[in-house]
Formats: sequence, structure tokens, C-alpha cells
Amino acid sequence: MSKQRLSILLISLLVLASLLLSACGGNTATPVATVPAEANTEAPTVIPEAAVPNCGTEPVVMNAYFETGFDTIIRLTEEFTNQFPNVTWDIRQDQFANLVSSTPLLLSSDNPPDIIRLPTFVTFAQDGLLMNLDDYATAFGWNDWPVPLQFARLDADGIRGSGTLYAMGLNYQLTGVFYNKELAAQIGMTEPPQTVAEFDDLLARAEAAGLLPIMQWGSARSGMGLAFPLQQLMAAYGPVGPINDWIFNKPGATIDTPTNLIAAQHLEQWIEAGYFPPDINAIEYTDAATRFGQGEGVFTFNGDWQNAAYDAAMPGNVGFFVMPPAVAGEQPAAMSGPLTYGIAANAVHGDCAAFFFNWLATNDAARQINVTVGGSNPGGPAGAVIPSVAAGSVTAETLAAGPVVGSNAMDFIANATSAIFAQGWTPELQKLVAGEQDAAGLLRAVQEEYERELSQ
Amino acid sequence: MYAVFVLVPILLTILYSFYHWNGVGPMTWVGLKNYVSVFQNPNLIETVFNAFWLVVWFSFIPVGLGLVVASVMHRVATGRFGAIARTVLFLPQVIALVAAGIIWGWLLALPGLINQILEAIGLGAITRAWLGDFDWALPSVGVIGIWILLGFCTVLLSTAMAKIDPALYESARLDGSSWLQEFLAITVPLLRYEIGVCLTVTVINAIAAFDIVYVTTAGGPGNSTAVPGLQIYILAFTQRAVGLASALAVMLMALVIVIILPIQRLNREVSL
Repeated sequence: MSKQRLSILLISLLVLASLLLSACGGNTATPVATVPAEANTEAPTVIPEAAVPNCGTEPVVMNAYFETGFDTIIRLTEEFTNQFPNVTWDIRQDQFANLVSSTPLLLSSDNPPDIIRLPTFVTFAQDGLLMNLDDYATAFGWNDWPVPLQFARLDADGIRGSGTLYAMGLNYQLTGVFYNKELAAQIGMTEPPQTVAEFDDLLARAEAAGLLPIMQWGSARSGMGLAFPLQQLMAAYGPVGPINDWIFNKPGATIDTPTNLIAAQHLEQWIEAGYFPPDINAIEYTDAATRFGQGEGVFTFNGDWQNAAYDAAMPGNVGFFVMPPAVAGEQPAAMSGPLTYGIAANAVHGDCAAFFFNWLATNDAARQINVTVGGSNPGGPAGAVIPSVAAGSVTAETLAAGPVVGSNAMDFIANATSAIFAQGWTPELQKLVAGEQDAAGLLRAVQEEYERELSQ
Repeated sequence: MYAVFVLVPILLTILYSFYHWNGVGPMTWVGLKNYVSVFQNPNLIETVFNAFWLVVWFSFIPVGLGLVVASVMHRVATGRFGAIARTVLFLPQVIALVAAGIIWGWLLALPGLINQILEAIGLGAITRAWLGDFDWALPSVGVIGIWILLGFCTVLLSTAMAKIDPALYESARLDGSSWLQEFLAITVPLLRYEIGVCLTVTVINAIAAFDIVYVTTAGGPGNSTAVPGLQIYILAFTQRAVGLASALAVMLMALVIVIILPIQRLNREVSL
């Protein structure tokens, strides 16, 4: 090979790297955790349309950028146009990985999206690429809604949990434990467990009966699904406040706490007891959901975004409960939060986008679509009635479980930094599965990665 | 055009490597800190060792095996069968790597075809989720690399072999040489230039591997298959540490140069 060919090869390599870098973007992984609003029976507050930002009567083409594969938002935009014919949509959709890498470029472009799916928002907000929604929150009364909007707030020090609102929830998701009713009956489960110990007993009975106790995914491509039971155990053995502090990057926060160590050791015991599939480190999220739907596994940790698929795969045979506390009678906790969408700082139709956000949570048809298609609580004002769902569906169970969690909601530990899931939780939990890491080492390694990322 | 699409990106990558930058906000000069960070992060260093290990699978085995296969085909399958064999071996080169990676993921899964075959022939004890096993994930990715690159090496070497004067082989056979003696005394020495090309291309494929690893294992389990290209992607697009990603990219380029230059020098000496 001539020197010139070698040069071309090397240059091509650099160009590839350069193109990757010049198109850089941000990220987190997998769906955000959730906590739905309590439902009650009072009528929602109706705000006169003329008094708040709206879409007007002139033709409006909304520029939107969504994640591929989620029908709920598409159905909602169609319904919005039905009700407000002057508004049409120019929607671009991308796979998750492309979406997160393209988001900074789109937000900083000359034609930024009016509405954009935001798996993460901190750096975009800090760079001034997202619209401050505080005025809209005041105008529409969002601050009074019983939904965990603190997860979409960022203060001047770059700490989440309070401060300026930069995103709104399409809906408010809830995570917990799904179970196969037929298999649960086989092991004598007549009602959901009330404590971790009762859950342990059920898992042991499933194992003894020759059933797979817990179906869970764990491949690096999907992101390690054991983060779900681990965080649920953390919240069972300790308060949710410090966990959220860590996720929100509060100074001095650590995940390496005594109660979290107990939780990690408990997960380690489940692994050693063979409660998870032996090939978990190679199982993709979709494969785990499919295999659970086909009857493999008595339990699985997941979120209500999976409701429709579970109901379709095993109608009437899926149950749900929130992870029980360690001590009977204590309030259970759950990963829960808004499915966040934002408005570009330089969006042309910011008012219409904010009106759309408000409409999602206050319009009856929109709320029905959100529940029926999305499977999650649509949030909205105190008193907003939860739309009806098919009796016996798992969606009915997840919606009913939301109020049990109430304010004991956590964001997902995978959202603490943009890469903590890929660089911390996933590899270290995979090592825990393979016996190459122990519970204490897991928490220590993740904390080191967390501090490394925050310092960069 | 060359400057815009080649030289400028190279210079920008080098420039970014001296800055702290998230790709959008203001850039902050940090000097060599990004390079120091690469060396201080054990996960990033581990990826370089994985890349070297992949060189065995992506380069040495395909080139060695390609030589043998090309030689055998040159000797016993010169007709239509040889053409068919070359085509079949070359097919992976024209299949999209992403699609191939997904299919290999299915084949190597615990309930996949490969484990079913192992079960059927009585080797059920060794079945496992190959891409999820700490000991076997990297070799499994390596096997996929062999599948992809063997055809390239075989076709390149076969073409070169066809240009060797048949009289050399006839003379050797008249002297009673075996196939192995022909192979070592005639084929390999006369194909050194082409072997150098194969080594250059496949070594770069190994050290700069990204797509096949990203699609099959995404670096897992537990970073056991993580390679520098994947880390550059995660740093740039997930972590948005553009400066650090650029530093790793520049170091990856330097690593490729350090490894490829001796191969090129050897080739040059042979051709003189």
C-alpha cells in the first residue's frame, strides 16, 4: 500500500471521528420513571381561552420533533388538529439514539422545533436552547397541578428539582412490578405483597415451583434493567429524598449510602438465588417484554408505558403493584415522573406549543387518548377525572396504583447524568450478575463514575 | 472540497481536544487535561486493550485463514466452484453491517440457532448467551469480524495469486514439493504486498471498530467488548464531552499510525 493510500485511510478515520464530534448531542437512556397525579372527582378549573396563550385563528404549522415508535403523541396531534383546524403539524421522527444526538443541533438551528421530545434537558437549558416555561406555568396554572413538575425544573446552579420550568409532561408514568396472574396463582399469590419479605417469599416459591421468578432485560444495548429493582429496593429500605438529591446532582449527594448498600446486597441475593434469567446480560428490553408476554417469568419490573403491549399479549392475565416497603404500613415509593417535552428557545409558535401542553392535560379527548394509547396518567389540574379504561386491563391497575405512591416519587437513577446509565449502572450491574462485582463495589464504582462525569 | 471535508475536520478535532466543550455552549481551554483524563480513566484504557485483542480476530485470523483458503481454491477450485466459493465468502462485505449484527445477535442468543445446534449434537453443556458472557463476548464479536473480513482477504489474495507465474508451481511440483512447501516458499513470499494491504485494512477495522460492536453488544457485558470507537461515540453523543471524545479520537488515530507504519515500512522494503 502506498503512503498516499495509507494517508487516505487514516484521514478517513479522522474524518469519521470529526463528523461524529461535530454533530455531537446529549443523552440519557430508556424511559423516564414516573408518578401519576391523584385522581379526584372535582371539576377541573377552566381558564378562559382568551386570557391565556393560544394558537389563534390564523393557519399555524407546528414544527415538531418526536421519538419514533410512540403512537400516543401522533394520535394527540391528530386530535388537536381535529379540534383546532388552523393548526397543522410538520412532524419529524427519529430513533432514540438519533434523537438525543440531533437535539442540540436542532435546538440551535435557524428553524428550531416548536415542540421537541426531551429525554434530558439540563445542558440544553443551561445553554439557553430551551424556552423558560415559567410564564406559561403561571398563565395556565400548572404550578398548582398535583404532578411532579419539579423533575423538569432547573435552578441557577444547575441543580434539578426546583427553579425554572423547562419541560412539561405528555403524561406521568409509573413503574412497579407487573405479574402474570395465572403463574402468580400457581405459587399461591392471592394479593400483592405488602412488604419486601412477603415479596421475597413469593420469589422463593416461584423458584421452588420451577418458574422463572423475575423476567428482566440487561443488555448494554437496552441499558441494564436491574436498575429498576435496585432502585425500588433502595426506596424500600431508605427515604426517596437522598436518591432524588443524587439524581438532581445536589452538592455532596452520594448513592453509596448504608441503606442503598442493603438494597444492593438484597439484589445480589436475588441474583445468586437464580431469580433472574441466566442470559439476562444479553436480553434486550423488547425481548424481555415479549418473553414475559409469552408467559416466561412470574414478575417483571417495568413501567406503565408497557401496558398496552402487555394487555395485547396476555389480556386479562397481567397484574400490577407498586414495590412494597420493607416495613409493613409504610408508604410505598416508585420511580415516576413526566414524559418530558419542551419548546425551543427560539421557537416560532411557543404560545401554541404551550397551549398544546395545557390541552393535553385538560381536554377530555386528549386525556382519553393519553390513557388508552399511552397507558399513563395524563396529569392535569386537581380534580381532573381519570378517563375510563377497560375493566380488567393492566392500565386500570396502574392508574389505581398511582395515588398510593403520592409524593413518594423518584426520578430514575439512570437520569442522574447523561451517561451514568451507559458508563456506570449498566456495566457495573452486569458485573454484579456475573459475580465480577459485589454490592459495595457496585455503589462505589457508580459513585466514582458519577463524580467523574460531573467534573468533566 | 478536500480541505473542507478532510483537512478542516481533522484540524478541528485536534483543536477540540484541547477544550472543554459540550458541543453547543462556550468552549473552555483546558490544555492537555483531556489527554490526561483518558489515561486516568481505567474504562477508556481498557477499551484500547480490547481493540488489540480484536486485532487477532479481525486481522490475524482472517488474513491467515484467507491465505489458506485462497491457496486451496487456487489449487483445487479454479473453475465455477471457485467463483461460487469466492462469491459466498465475499457476501458479508455487501451486507449492511447493522443488519448482519442484529442477525448475529439472534443467532448467538441463548435460545438462538447456534445453541440449538450445540444442543442437537450433544454439546448442551457449553451453551450460553455468547454475547452476554464476560469470557465469550469478545471472541464472539471476533468471530463476526472473521465472517465479515475473511471474504475480503480471500478475494484480494486470490486475485493476487492468479498473477503468480504457474511455471513456478510446476517447477516446484517437478522437484517434489508438497502443497505446504509451495505455500510457504512461493505463495506467501510473492503475496507479501497484498498481505500487507490486508493487514493494514483489517487492523484499522479492528482498532477503529464501532458499528459491529455497537449493534451486537454496545460494549457489554461490563465493558468487556468496549472499544475506543464506541467510547468516542458515547463521550461525544451521550456524555457530550466533545473535548474528551476528540482527545480519544486523536489518540486512536495516533495508535493506528503507530501500528500501521511498521506494516507499511515492511511492505516498502519488500517491494524494493
